[in-house]
Amino acid sequence: RSISRRRRQNLPLCPSRYLCSSVLPDTLDRTSDSYARNSEAMEGLISQLHSHILQVMNGGGSDAVKRNTSRNKLLPRDRIDSLIDPGSSFLELSQLAGHELYDDPLPSGGIITGFGPVHGKLCMFVANDPTVKGGTYFPITVKKHLRAQEIAAKCRLPCMYLVDSGGAFLPKQAEIFPDKENFGRIFYNQSLMSADGIPQIALVLGSCTAGGAYIPAMADESVMVKGNGTIFLAGPPLVKAATGEEVSAEDLGGASLHCRTSGVSDYFAQDEQHALAIGRNIAKNLHMAGNMGTQHQRISDFKEPLYDEAELRAIAPTDLKQSFDIRSVISRIVDGSEFDEFKKLYGATLVTGFARIFGQPVGIIGNNGILFNESAVKGAHFIELCTQRNIPLIFLQNITGFMVGSKSEANGIAKSGAKMVMAVSCAKVPKITVVVGGSFGAGNYAMCGRAYSPDFMFFWPNARISVMGGPQAAGVLAQIEGASRKKTGTPWSKEEEEKFKAGVVEAYDREGSAYYSTARLWDDGIIDPADTRKVLGLCLAAATTNRMPESTKYGVFRM
Amino acid sequence: FSSNSIDRASGRIEKLLIANRGEIACRIMRTAKRLGIRTVAVYSDADERSLHVKLADEAVRIGPPPARLSYLSAASIIEAASRTGAQAIHPGYGFLSESSEFAQLCQDEGITFVGPPASAIRDMGDKSASKRIMGAAGVPLVPGYHGYEQDIDLMKLEADKIGYPILIKPTHGGGGKGMRIVQSPEDFVDSFIGAQREAAASFGINTILLEKYITKPRHIEVQIFGDKYGNIVHLNERDCSVQRRHQKIIEEAPAPNISGDFRSHLGQAAVSAAKAVNYHSAGTVEFIVDTLSGEFYFMEMNTRLQVEHPVTEMIVGQDLVAWQIRVANGEPLPFSQSEVPLLGHAFEARIYAENVPKGFLPATGILHHYHPVQASSEVRVETGVEQGDTVSMHYDPMIAKLVVWGEDRTGALIKMRDSLSKFQVAGLPTNIDFLSKLANHGAFEKGEVETHFIELHKDDLFVDPDDELSTQLVYKSAARSAAIAAACLCEKEHASTSESSPGSLSVWYANPPFRVNHFAKRTMELEWEDDTSKGGPKLVPVHVTHMPKGKYLIETGGSSFPDLELNIVHLGNHHFRVEHDGLSTNTSMAVYQKDQFEHIHIWHGSCHHHFRRRNKLDLVDIDESNQHRPTTEASSHPPGSVAAPMAGLVVKVLVKDGEKVPEGQPIIVLEAMKMEHVVKATHAGYISGLRVSAGQQVSDGTLLFTVKENRGDVS
Repeated sequence: RSISRRRRQNLPLCPSRYLCSSVLPDTLDRTSDSYARNSEAMEGLISQLHSHILQVMNGGGSDAVKRNTSRNKLLPRDRIDSLIDPGSSFLELSQLAGHELYDDPLPSGGIITGFGPVHGKLCMFVANDPTVKGGTYFPITVKKHLRAQEIAAKCRLPCMYLVDSGGAFLPKQAEIFPDKENFGRIFYNQSLMSADGIPQIALVLGSCTAGGAYIPAMADESVMVKGNGTIFLAGPPLVKAATGEEVSAEDLGGASLHCRTSGVSDYFAQDEQHALAIGRNIAKNLHMAGNMGTQHQRISDFKEPLYDEAELRAIAPTDLKQSFDIRSVISRIVDGSEFDEFKKLYGATLVTGFARIFGQPVGIIGNNGILFNESAVKGAHFIELCTQRNIPLIFLQNITGFMVGSKSEANGIAKSGAKMVMAVSCAKVPKITVVVGGSFGAGNYAMCGRAYSPDFMFFWPNARISVMGGPQAAGVLAQIEGASRKKTGTPWSKEEEEKFKAGVVEAYDREGSAYYSTARLWDDGIIDPADTRKVLGLCLAAATTNRMPESTKYGVFRM
Repeated sequence: FSSNSIDRASGRIEKLLIANRGEIACRIMRTAKRLGIRTVAVYSDADERSLHVKLADEAVRIGPPPARLSYLSAASIIEAASRTGAQAIHPGYGFLSESSEFAQLCQDEGITFVGPPASAIRDMGDKSASKRIMGAAGVPLVPGYHGYEQDIDLMKLEADKIGYPILIKPTHGGGGKGMRIVQSPEDFVDSFIGAQREAAASFGINTILLEKYITKPRHIEVQIFGDKYGNIVHLNERDCSVQRRHQKIIEEAPAPNISGDFRSHLGQAAVSAAKAVNYHSAGTVEFIVDTLSGEFYFMEMNTRLQVEHPVTEMIVGQDLVAWQIRVANGEPLPFSQSEVPLLGHAFEARIYAENVPKGFLPATGILHHYHPVQASSEVRVETGVEQGDTVSMHYDPMIAKLVVWGEDRTGALIKMRDSLSKFQVAGLPTNIDFLSKLANHGAFEKGEVETHFIELHKDDLFVDPDDELSTQLVYKSAARSAAIAAACLCEKEHASTSESSPGSLSVWYANPPFRVNHFAKRTMELEWEDDTSKGGPKLVPVHVTHMPKGKYLIETGGSSFPDLELNIVHLGNHHFRVEHDGLSTNTSMAVYQKDQFEHIHIWHGSCHHHFRRRNKLDLVDIDESNQHRPTTEASSHPPGSVAAPMAGLVVKVLVKDGEKVPEGQPIIVLEAMKMEHVVKATHAGYISGLRVSAGQQVSDGTLLFTVKENRGDVS
């Protein structure tokens, strides 16, 4: 009897010839010219990326770093390293925010954000970099701070603010202070998150002046370091100017005052290490209600992909006219390279299917060419499937756009595209977008571009983003310019036209680069293609651990 | 409950009480068990959970920790024997083993004393009397004064007659306690008085003898054995010359570089000595050998089983404890002198909890990590402790004896070196590294042993802090160990966090930890506790970069030390395999918490290093007003302060608080393990904060007083 039971157990669920049908084949030709060309080009892009990263890791330069160290203060990334569990991972966001954005360099936008586990609980960190312009807030600093809060609010991640900031960068106050998505929004977010049961913790490790004073004041719990930490609405110089009172920073708003007298802060720390220890302890004691999330869907026993993740560096061409099979990307990021493709034979320029990443179930939507009517409708269908089943969506963008032309218009391409955009917009499951190639036109919309609030969005270094391709735009603009000149009778030589076109192409080139995007926070960072699986795994965990499943409601689909 | 009434026809021992503790109690029990004899342990409150109690069939509490109230309390031990019905008592060594009164008491109570007759103990216990007996028996004696008259002036005259240097020695006791070497007549009086006081404290009798001090001596002793029928044999000799503080640390058998003739002369002298006191059971006749003249003199006879008996057991292939029991049962010796074998060579290294750089002062503490070398038929580990046990200030700080046997001396020595490098103890300072150095010393290898061996070769055995080249070399090896330790710590930490973290977040604890577009890097500030040097811990900053595929790139700062790229395989609780550049090595690591530090010991190849790192993120609840975190570390005391070098009892306070003292002035006399230690003024100045008084117990590192430059500073 036991033999028959064993036989029964060994019996495959389906006939053996179909058993491994979901494993993607290895289609990469490692001897081809394109493999060598792509590798070489990507190698260059990555070394460029690393040199930019190396630069921002140094913060505001060696003098500022020395000054910081002499005050017994750690750099913001080291502060975070001391807070997260020893040996654990940290997913830093938008490292190159502010890249070539202002006249002076503003490494990482003057603020470090990202998330990692503290006592097993994922926390969002927002850490001012006091070595960069005294930790003051530039417009991009505010944007990066708000973005971190947005992610935290959506993923229900406890927030740890490592405050060490001189407040708003006054010369740019008009771009920082008044608008909706400006400085005031930080405290608005803190209030709403706190109301929503998302813990708000502030560690005051340096100055915390003016508006900045509200970060610890609005926090659920706050820690202050003796000597280094100060909180006041106005610093000693301003107080003197306003009232004539002469007072030291420590007496005006030091840890002792705020922990003993004013009650603005809760925990008194002897030094920075002590403050970080208290911070860890606070996280240890967080017991978030409703911490159920969708983690029950995960399996802990998963397989690594069959093919080397590092080969992702050889797959994406830097020349976006070259096409490549998105499945060769999928096969290097999903568990066991197993991908159960949905509607494989229909609308083949959009690849859809189910897989797992570090044991976490996902629905993947990837581009394999221009979006046609069929592919767009298939995309909408697949998104509906995932929202029904509460499966997070991964968008792998490499899209030049929807098909144009009379045939396409007549087939109602706009209607089909609208269906997919509607589905993407309304989908209430976690969404993560990775731009692995081009991101152009309405394709960006349908494939969950920034405007569609993906939980996370990353660029590969080769990726490009714009409303259309540079040459196409140059062509369009040249036609309009030509027509207008014809009207006014101004002659336009072939040479001038070429120069005009070249100017447009050059501008599109510059503005379409991943660096231009990431500097302005159109994404959450540029990543090495070889890290894609890890980044997705970490983000999925962040997006699903604390979040309760939500039901999706769609608007009117134009049929 | 008493089974005293059970009287067996055979009269043989069936239940044996061991009136001792530690390794010797365990050792005796092992043989007893093999012979089918049931065992009874006795214990003080300090030993309630110790190994000898666990090994025994029965155990009886005999009193509080101080030895005089427990292991030296004859009445309690006799009572324990009668309560449990033990027919015999084995005293081990130390404690009551050489108390003729106790041997007599056993006899009076009808309990077999596993040892010599009380009369022999009495005869040999009084060193002056024993020398008279030996002289009469024709055993050669060191020139000296052994008279009853103890008048200090007369003693001084006698000393002048014998000639300096001269040795002052209490007539009772042993183990070097109370012994003094006097180089010149002007030092005589002070040393004499000190020896008297120590003798009185240790043995209750303060009579002193004087002897010529032999400048280049060897300590060779002969194991003898007698039965109750007057048969006495010797089981060859042991060389116990390598000593510190007049106590043996490495013993070997047979003695190196002696002739067969010399051996038989020694043996005959030893047998004559034993015969003169009608000896039976195990005994040792100690001789001092003047290496310059080749003469040997009788020193004393130890009427008990010696600590170093295993080396003799190894070269004669016998179990001396079994012999003791047989002789006590009235059996004759199993063989005659001509049948005594001499097989190969054996060493014993005594592993002590002690502070080598602080002059081998006894140490106390918890054995946080205790992994002795793997035992075999040729490597014996005689121990009475287990991991987690405490080495307390109440008893001898010996942790274990390592005994090795080889076909010849070189073979045995190789085994000893290997075994020492694999003998892992952490939690308290030990002499293991020092023993390793001894065992690796060229002169030792050649058998050029003498009692001043350590003093003679101190330049090789201790690192001179002023010798830049050698300190640098030692630092380099420490830096390398620090690098390996850091990588192992990361590996261990990773294993434990990924285990303890909730499974759903496992992706966050991948190895290496993920960072976007760079490698995770961390700095560990390891402080190297150089156990071989007097200086404080030296900081070794270690930068660890987590490279792809779990590799570690380690930078220890300083251009003289190259970066290391390591792969670590975690094999078990403490064991790792460390691969660097294609070479992989077994490595062990012990980690424990003590005070505010995490202590890390690493054994890598033949190197052992000890580091500590501050528990950076420990949350001591600190009050704002309390600026200084409390600490028991001596190094944190303000300059000029003097801390207790060991745990012990304050015997005497020699000056008053506030008194002006010159440099080197003795201030406090401490006693631990029955050894006196004088705490002196570190420099000239005024004594401040002297609060201890005689009779007070102090722990290691307690602040005793401060020497201040100015009177005004004195509080």
